[in-house]
Amino acid sequence: MRHDISILIIGLLAVLTTASIVAAILCARAPKPLSSTLVNLTQRINAWWVMVALMTVAFFFGRYGMTILFALISFAALREFVTLTHTSRSDHWVLLGMFGIIIPFQYWLVWTAWYGLFVIFIPVYCFLLMPAITALHGDTERFLERIAAQQWAVMISVYCVSHVPALLTLDVPGFEGRNLLLIAFLIIVVQGSDVLQYIFGKLLGKHRFSPTVSPSKTWEGLIGGLVSASLLGALLSFVTPFSPLQAACVAFVACSMGFLGGLVASAIKRDQGVKDWGHLIEGHGGMMDRTDSLVFAAPIFFHIVRYFWTV
Amino acid sequence: MSKLSLKTFTMLQTATSVGLSVLAWVVTGVRPIWNGSLPSDRQRIYFANHTSHGDFILLSACLSEKERAITHAVAAGEYWGKSRLRRFIAEDMLSSVLINRQWTRPEENPIEIMLSVLDQGHSLILFPEGTRNMTDQPLLAFRSGLYNLSMARPQVELIPCWIENMSRVLPKGQFLPVPLLCRVVFGAPVTVAPGEERRAFLDRAHTTLLALNPRPERDD
Repeated sequence: MRHDISILIIGLLAVLTTASIVAAILCARAPKPLSSTLVNLTQRINAWWVMVALMTVAFFFGRYGMTILFALISFAALREFVTLTHTSRSDHWVLLGMFGIIIPFQYWLVWTAWYGLFVIFIPVYCFLLMPAITALHGDTERFLERIAAQQWAVMISVYCVSHVPALLTLDVPGFEGRNLLLIAFLIIVVQGSDVLQYIFGKLLGKHRFSPTVSPSKTWEGLIGGLVSASLLGALLSFVTPFSPLQAACVAFVACSMGFLGGLVASAIKRDQGVKDWGHLIEGHGGMMDRTDSLVFAAPIFFHIVRYFWTV
Repeated sequence: MSKLSLKTFTMLQTATSVGLSVLAWVVTGVRPIWNGSLPSDRQRIYFANHTSHGDFILLSACLSEKERAITHAVAAGEYWGKSRLRRFIAEDMLSSVLINRQWTRPEENPIEIMLSVLDQGHSLILFPEGTRNMTDQPLLAFRSGLYNLSMARPQVELIPCWIENMSRVLPKGQFLPVPLLCRVVFGAPVTVAPGEERRAFLDRAHTTLLALNPRPERDD
């Protein structure tokens, strides 16, 4: 596994270095003051350096690192989600419980690999108990809207995100001790697909995919991004239990889900009248702006691997 | 002030202020939006909306370490002066300035107390509503202190600061904060126009502060 990780890290460093050099050349040639696209591009690349560094550190701490990192990502994402939606004073204890009980408990379930409870704790127990607590408080104003927002907040930012570290709990025959590489594969193809969609969209984009939801998404970006991300998946098959063709297919499904995640996230933001989820990462907006695609891809990827590759 | 030695005293205050700023960031990811003014070590009165005990922590977390050391929140003596522990927290740890809204003796005159702090070259954080706003209105009417201070020390800048979301982070009667993102919007300085009446100025300052709210429909 050491060897595979070294290749992945060297590959990522090469891509990021190239991106930084290209951006520096573009900035040097462009008329001053720099256009907002170039400023944003530089900020995005710099943020990628930080994110890759963080992921690498978490990688070397193995299961501890990954579980803690994704619990923190859930915290940041949940905070953004709840901030954006309508809450009332009487929701205080439910909101506290989301941060103080649901996040730690869900990640404890990941840590102990208690699969049976891990998959139903939020969709069954929290789904039923959270509205019950809200109803007990007696405040019925915009009730359905409030409980729906709470459900969505924990499903998206805790339940879906926790499927990434949960990949470490799967027993894939012949792949023992290498599950961290599944996480690396998922993140690289899904985030890579985002970047490739952005690049193809900027270079070739003409036909808008959904003008009412997200004006920046185009058919050209989508197709170019998905095809190239599937190829990237096939290239990375050496770190996975998949054959190159299988890896391409799995990458295609994960990246398609990622695209839909971005679309849903855009629709929510549009509905709430904001452009970004938050202000955590310079140039990227909030945590949810970076993880919306991963959030949709992770559970599907998890269940594909679990169904077809574990005993 | 207190009987603690000066060195321990300064260390305690620095540790508290750094600790609280870190806590504010962890819970609320607080970020300043400089919208009409810029960070500066000029002498200032920051005036803000007031919905929670955490307000001044959030505001001072947006200032630099150097500014924080000379910026004092003005707090209600009736509440914070009630017991020795509260007074210790307010005065010694948070270096607040305590004033009594119902005062009788001349040395208790709130304006005189605040002026004496300004005359040391220090800055103030003031909540001109005079109390925490627990109503459904976004901002209560201002009391006169802001006007009186500005008339007495016209060289001190009055900076309006809108603190977002704190009423949701720490609602009335709760002491555990819900982590929600907060921003503090710092507006352009307000000055008393020549010949401007007290009420007219206070209403104008009120409107200016309210206009800084980046998402007015959210504060429900």
